Amino acid sequence: MIIRKPTRKWEKLPGKNTFCCDGRVMMARQKGVFYLTLFLIVGTCSLFFAFECPYLAVHLSPAIPVFAVLLFIFVMAMLLRTSFSDPGVLPRALPEEANFIEMEIEAANGNVLAGQRPPPRIKNVQINNQIVKLKYCYTCKIFRPPRASHCSICDNCVDRFDHHCPWVGNCVGKRNYRYFYLFTLSLSLLTIYIFAFNIVHVVLREYRSKKMFHVDSLTPHCTVLEVLVCFFTIWSVVGLTGFHTYLISLNQTTNEDIKGSWSGKNRVQNPYSHKNIIKNCCEVLCSPTFPSVLDRRGVMLEDSSSPTHSDASAASTHKSSNPVSQTTKSSAPLIPNEHTPDEAKPGIGAGTQKSTSSPKGEKPPSPTSPNAVAPAVIKESTH
Amino acid sequence: MATEFHNLQELRHSASLATKVFIQRDYSDGTICKFLTKFPAELDSRIERSLFEETVKTLNCYYAEAEKIGSQSYLEGCLACATAYIIFLCMETRYEKILKKISMYIQEQNEKIYAPRGLLLTDPIERGMRVIEISIFEDSGSTSSSSTGSSPSSATAQ
Repeated sequence: MIIRKPTRKWEKLPGKNTFCCDGRVMMARQKGVFYLTLFLIVGTCSLFFAFECPYLAVHLSPAIPVFAVLLFIFVMAMLLRTSFSDPGVLPRALPEEANFIEMEIEAANGNVLAGQRPPPRIKNVQINNQIVKLKYCYTCKIFRPPRASHCSICDNCVDRFDHHCPWVGNCVGKRNYRYFYLFTLSLSLLTIYIFAFNIVHVVLREYRSKKMFHVDSLTPHCTVLEVLVCFFTIWSVVGLTGFHTYLISLNQTTNEDIKGSWSGKNRVQNPYSHKNIIKNCCEVLCSPTFPSVLDRRGVMLEDSSSPTHSDASAASTHKSSNPVSQTTKSSAPLIPNEHTPDEAKPGIGAGTQKSTSSPKGEKPPSPTSPNAVAPAVIKESTH
Repeated sequence: MATEFHNLQELRHSASLATKVFIQRDYSDGTICKFLTKFPAELDSRIERSLFEETVKTLNCYYAEAEKIGSQSYLEGCLACATAYIIFLCMETRYEKILKKISMYIQEQNEKIYAPRGLLLTDPIERGMRVIEISIFEDSGSTSSSSTGSSPSSATAQ
């Protein structure tokens, strides 16, 4: 008997993300620029630790390399956290939900004459006495929540979408924005720190020895290289940090800034801003950490007799260990779009799966009736 | 309680899914997680309005508590930042703790109120926090209760 590894939900998630470490890591498909970022940071810091730090530790203070190490660790932690975490992806609507929304839209639009274009799918909501338009996403089959946007690179709707950053190889959204900001901030500090101490190192050597680098000939080349990298990095990263500080103080996203959603006289003013810089900063940086609604590591109960795959796009929290549910057949999406392939892997998921205490070897009964029997959430409660 | 379990199982086997109702998000207070308390017409004959509103209001309170920006969230944020967020690998965040409470609450509501009426609430986290899905079951067992026999609650589920 072959014991199959259980299929985890991340393997069936739609969208163009890549997953590593069995679903723990989530990134975009193109990772080349991310590797460049890693190389630049690790490379420059290695050169600094190897060539400058011994001299500075001896002649100035050992605290200099210690602080540099701490800062480097913080930068790497923030970079990896930004790159590997779920930015706030909104799972696609299951068929029943998509149908329900379709019916609501048709009811709202009334009869559209043949030949006439149907009206655009927009829902108006009032937020803090301002009218905000919610757009319908044809790929995900949902009305996007306010501030959410669809990332075409990752093919997902992301909550509080800021931008897709190739340098970190991931989208920046609600869940990882603060890590992204702390990354740019700490990287700015690190770059300025290394740049400054390179200059100090050169000056000290000149001052003390009166001869340029008589000890070894490799050090000056490394110093020059580091200074160059830092110089160009400072202009870009410090500028970016400044820009994001400005956005945070106004409680805006890059996406909104680029589109000019809240600028201009005849446009709506930002309804999310508290009109207070401190409050805006607190909300963006100090709000509770929002959990991921994509259950990447949940186990899918595969029904081998069922011909269609169930793409579970939403899920329970992976810590819950509750009851069994059955697979339901996925129905074709109502509005076929260019993203819908022909075979049985639709963009819309079909069943909810909850992990049980013993997922291996357990086969749920195949659905024979067209009406799916929904899972019963039963737990024997002790009274 | 064992009888209740048995009856819910009976309900599941005898009932078939009629339709699903989706309670949408209420964005009037911004992007915080809050659901509309508007009573859907499909539930008119199945459950009392007050019970439904009570459930949704309690859920809204839980979510508001989870997303509250106060001293606890600051402390958690500062502590996490000081440890470069490594602490989240071992510690559960406040939001996650409250989500567990919500999950227990929904289970309890299902057992006590919704399942006896042939309804089933789904935890919003399973739908991306977009909707509260309420499944409405048509109890086919009620018309042939003589054949199923031993489940009085399935007959009263209507």
